[in-house]
Amino acid sequence: MDALDLARWQFGVTTVYHFLFVPLTIGLGIFVAGLQTAWHRTGNEQYLKLTKFFGKLFLINFAMGVVTGIVQEFQFGMNWSEYSTFVGDVFGAPLAMEALLAFFMESTFLGLWIFGWDRLPKRVHLATIWAAAIGSNLSAYFILAANAWMKHPVGYEVVDGKARMTDLWAVLTNSTALAQVPHVIAGSFVVAGGFVLAVCGYWLLRTRAEMWRGAARAALLMTAIAGAVVAGTGDHSAKLMYEQQPMKLAAAEGLEHDTEGAGFSVVPGIEIPKLLSFLSTYDFEAPVQGTEDLQRRFEQQFGPGDYRPDGTVVFWSFRVMIVFGLATVGLSVLGLWLTRRRRPFPAWLSRAMLLALPLPLIAVIAGWLLSEIGRQPWTVAGELLTASSVSPSVSLAEVATSLTIFTLLYGALAVAETVLLARHVRRGAEEPAPVQAAEAPREPSLMY
Amino acid sequence: MIELWFAIIAFLWTGYFVLEGFDFGVGMLAPLVSRNAAEQRAGLQTIGPVWDGNEVWLITAVGAMFAAFPAWYAGVFSSFYLPVTLILVGLIVRGVGLEWRGKVDNPVWCDLGIVVGSALPAFLWGSVFADLLFDSALAAVVGGVFTLATCVLHGAVFLALKTTGPVRRRARVAALIAGGVTIPVAVAALSSLGTIPALASMAALAAATALIWRRREGWAFAATAGSIVLATLAVFMELRVRPLPGLTLAEAASAPYTLGMLTWIGLIALPFVLVYQGWTYWVFRKRVQVRTAG
Repeated sequence: MDALDLARWQFGVTTVYHFLFVPLTIGLGIFVAGLQTAWHRTGNEQYLKLTKFFGKLFLINFAMGVVTGIVQEFQFGMNWSEYSTFVGDVFGAPLAMEALLAFFMESTFLGLWIFGWDRLPKRVHLATIWAAAIGSNLSAYFILAANAWMKHPVGYEVVDGKARMTDLWAVLTNSTALAQVPHVIAGSFVVAGGFVLAVCGYWLLRTRAEMWRGAARAALLMTAIAGAVVAGTGDHSAKLMYEQQPMKLAAAEGLEHDTEGAGFSVVPGIEIPKLLSFLSTYDFEAPVQGTEDLQRRFEQQFGPGDYRPDGTVVFWSFRVMIVFGLATVGLSVLGLWLTRRRRPFPAWLSRAMLLALPLPLIAVIAGWLLSEIGRQPWTVAGELLTASSVSPSVSLAEVATSLTIFTLLYGALAVAETVLLARHVRRGAEEPAPVQAAEAPREPSLMY
Repeated sequence: MIELWFAIIAFLWTGYFVLEGFDFGVGMLAPLVSRNAAEQRAGLQTIGPVWDGNEVWLITAVGAMFAAFPAWYAGVFSSFYLPVTLILVGLIVRGVGLEWRGKVDNPVWCDLGIVVGSALPAFLWGSVFADLLFDSALAAVVGGVFTLATCVLHGAVFLALKTTGPVRRRARVAALIAGGVTIPVAVAALSSLGTIPALASMAALAAATALIWRRREGWAFAATAGSIVLATLAVFMELRVRPLPGLTLAEAASAPYTLGMLTWIGLIALPFVLVYQGWTYWVFRKRVQVRTAG
């Protein structure tokens, strides 16, 4: 165990943890904005109740997304100073743009939304939640553009041992980023939809209130549509991976040797003939490169070393992502069909909807493990190895200290957040106080 | 271009210290200036709508350092590893405490998080920057105490400006005490810099204390804000020459293409940010009343 291993663990732990909250922020923000818009349009008080109820859950979660995100921005400099120095010219730009163009908007307008119920005209108040929610989504775009560059670096040259940006537009329109952005954002909507489904399932088992039925139907629709986008963009990503990241594709499939007409292995030992070639290229006979042959070619190109990622993790995370993701989407399509034309929610469906909370969360985490562990041993594909990215001046003891602190703190906060969310879900949607446009300073409805 | 980006980064850090400076101060003082739950809620409500937006100044400052001076960013945060870890811990417990406080039945843990999470970064930022300039443990302690005391003063003045009744009265007393403590500490911390902004910063602190004595809260707040601007300016004037031991700005800088692109983006985006953040302060310009209900 050395500082490099611990730094990698720290990045893995803090990033996976951060991403437990991010998809909910991305998807639930838009969902809440939609509810408030429905209230604005129809004047139906049920929409207002739902807006406040899901708004509260959104805010509990949002806090965690923000504070764990700050750690990410500092961590590159703290643990990965060689990486930061090498890539900053290119990689720093989308991060700075994220803060300036997206995060300011998200945070400022969310503050206005929380405290502005009684101070802002209704229309302006509605606009603040949309601005905050759009800010979250924009934020995801910039971060994913930075992340995509690590897997498929474009628009740069290496001068004096550092990457120099030559084309910002190329970085922002990287084909990998354009495939990844809709995939991750739609995946986030599946997670948020699943969260709403689980909450509604809990309440539909207790009451027949029309409100929960309506919210559940909206969430089923959101999950089903987002699920279709996830599947479509996932297929597109596989084709890009075939061209850009053949090692990751081979590891995800456990394919050792270059094969024409390669089969898709469902689990080790069970294979569907020629399907992998087809999924990678739309051609049943296309050649697919294998890990061992790629390893040999990489050694010729980059010198001695092991260029294969952890096969077990990559192989299984790929399958977990697909199975858990499809299960959620399948459930939502089935739910839409069963409850069509005002048919009631069967009790078993409400119970099954409780599973829509963990399933897509596990799927997106598995997706990130596939994506980032599959990139190893590189931080920047073909340019910089993870082993050469770590901070040389930071000691094992320092990384161990911060890893311990963050792990303990994150663990405690996870418990607190779960308890808090569960309590507010159980309390349900209360009667909202009558909303006045009066100037008189009143207690804000959601905080303090 | 290098000079311009250094100035932009100095500007972003200045914005951060001015804005989050009073957030930190209010976070530490809220339990001290209140006698009951409603008063404490009112105290924290003065920063409720704005603290998160204020913190984005830090995110942007650090993001801009990463993009414009990668080696500087990497050098600073890897060499101040443990203090930065503790700053992050502080920001985490503080942010969660502020957001969750209204949603828990007993906010005692949240309040503890807010106090500790405000005090830790308020002390450590000063100590990190002092250590960066002087490379001495004593300077780091003095620098930390200076920023901590300044944040308390700045926050006390802000509370006096934004509240009414007994909270406002106690905040004024707290500001006077904080002023008395801050001025000698500022002399110790800033006199070694000896530059005009450093001296002017001390003068502004003295003026702020005098103004709060005469109950001119608005002017006093302008004076504490001005003092923080001048102190940050003094620090960055030193950093311009030596951003990190053994590193110059030119060596740390990104290529002209990147800096040029970032300049365009900054020129377009920053005015919008300033306008809508300014608008937030306008919307919440009124003093916060203490409400016992709710």
